[in-house]
Amino acid sequence: MAEQVKRATREGYGDGLCELAEIRPDMVVLDADLSAATKTSVFKKAYPERHFNCGISEQNMMGVASGIASTGRLVFASSFAMFAAGRAFEIIRNSIAYPQLNVKIGATHGGISVGEDGATHQCCEDVAIMRALPNMTVIVPADYVEAKAAVMAMANFEGPTYLRFGRLAVPIFNGDDYKFEVGKGITMKDGKDITIIASGLMVAEAVEAAQALHEQGIDARVINIHTIKPIDRDIIVKAAKETGKIVTVEEHNIIGGLGSAVGDVVLEECPVPVIKIGVNDVYGHSGPAKVLLKEFGLCAENIVNVVKAAVKN
Amino acid sequence: MDEKLVRELEIDAAKVRIGIIEGVYNAKCGHPGGALSIADVLTYMYKHRLNVDPNMPDDPKRDRVVLSKGHSAPALYAVLALRGFFPFDELKTLRQSGSRLEGHPDRKKVPGVDASTGSLGQGISQACGMALAGKMSCESYKVYTILGDGEIEEGMVWEAAMFASHYKLDNLVAIIDNNGLQIDGKISEVMSPYPIEEKFEAFGWNVITINGHDFSQMEKAFDAAERVFEKPTVIILKTTKGKGIDYMENALEWHGKAPGDEDYQRAIKQLREHLAELEGSVK
Repeated sequence: MAEQVKRATREGYGDGLCELAEIRPDMVVLDADLSAATKTSVFKKAYPERHFNCGISEQNMMGVASGIASTGRLVFASSFAMFAAGRAFEIIRNSIAYPQLNVKIGATHGGISVGEDGATHQCCEDVAIMRALPNMTVIVPADYVEAKAAVMAMANFEGPTYLRFGRLAVPIFNGDDYKFEVGKGITMKDGKDITIIASGLMVAEAVEAAQALHEQGIDARVINIHTIKPIDRDIIVKAAKETGKIVTVEEHNIIGGLGSAVGDVVLEECPVPVIKIGVNDVYGHSGPAKVLLKEFGLCAENIVNVVKAAVKN
Repeated sequence: MDEKLVRELEIDAAKVRIGIIEGVYNAKCGHPGGALSIADVLTYMYKHRLNVDPNMPDDPKRDRVVLSKGHSAPALYAVLALRGFFPFDELKTLRQSGSRLEGHPDRKKVPGVDASTGSLGQGISQACGMALAGKMSCESYKVYTILGDGEIEEGMVWEAAMFASHYKLDNLVAIIDNNGLQIDGKISEVMSPYPIEEKFEAFGWNVITINGHDFSQMEKAFDAAERVFEKPTVIILKTTKGKGIDYMENALEWHGKAPGDEDYQRAIKQLREHLAELEGSVK
């Protein structure tokens, strides 16, 4: 098998911004002294007059984004998930989400795969925080192609949106013909015994797990939920009805993220067992991303084990 | 500034104060003190200074006002009503369920309100964004943001102060209502932001301090702000909290309390008598 091409979803963010800028000349990109890491530096190189560094002041950056958006421009405000959703939460809430302004928050370095920087920089709470805000759309792309497409989709998608990207280079599994639709889940593999619902970097792991499970006689469906809010209720309910059990996988605390969002839908419409794989309400720590993901059970191997146990019960 | 204009502004300011009191009295809650202290500057701005049109509240070329101290909404609503953005009588619906006049301003609901504010410290950042966007679009509009003196204890204000001078936002004017009081007491005792002038100077701003109830001084200060090149301006208004109602002046308790029936009657009587006196002197 040929070596898979790997790129980080944050690179999809940077490249997506550059392409989007061609069709949205009004577009502005803000960063808070992390442009090399968030990849807005790529945009800055191409469109220096439309990129503004706010320095290390995420709160002000979100307020500035609000003000710019109020004049009708499309704005991307970029930082690490920790400082965007975390540090600037209340400004996002009161100056962006409540007045429903067209600000896109490009939050890179989401989750535990931040790696060596350790717990202070590994944001595993952002999806829960952002999902709780009325008017906010929450998107977690799974690979470079999807990340870029999600950014491009913002050309015609009005309203406050939180886009979460990762630091780690991960396999690209979507092709050039990939179409991104806000709020639409994607069936990666059909199956009848159980459904694995994943988001972000966990989608590739889920697909790999399903292949291994197939060899062991378990036919698992795999769904990529890139839009966690508004979530694709239909695809979840259908999976619950047809496969009877669901396992969710996310690089996020098991409280409030994808697993909770799926659980809400299932509970309301078709109660079936939902088993959540994620960060189990603990902080991360330093280490190479790959090692951490394995350690925290965010890998195909653990998904296989959890699914097997779930099918057996 | 000629005397006739000063008198007209005084008359309007008296009406604005009546609007503030009607609002908080009917709401049975709200923040009269800080609304009364900026009644004069808002009157000056909306009557004489700003390029705004009640018939085109969303005109992209309009001047913007961001009331960063959003709890002084009753004053903003009163000047907007007086300027014709909505009926003056609507002020009595302040803070009531179903009213457009939220306790803190909502840009989506009220024509003429340029920004949703209320959580302190955020308005100045929004104003920076509007000013930057104006520069990018080569628009000549001005952006004004009004902050409380207690509000500038918020660290975010200083992030914005840095940003405004870094990006040379000379189309931005911050106005600080320096009435000396915040909810828990004197600002100098709760958490002193003094010296305010030197702080803004150090952050690269053009600083002007005036009497916040003197229209002629306002005229000079706003004119001076327009002449400044590549620097934001801050106008520090020395004001009296509760201005215009004797028992509310410099009285901490009126920061966030509505007058009851008796106090309301006293306040309205004072304001009406003052208004009649002003109107009489014009005739």
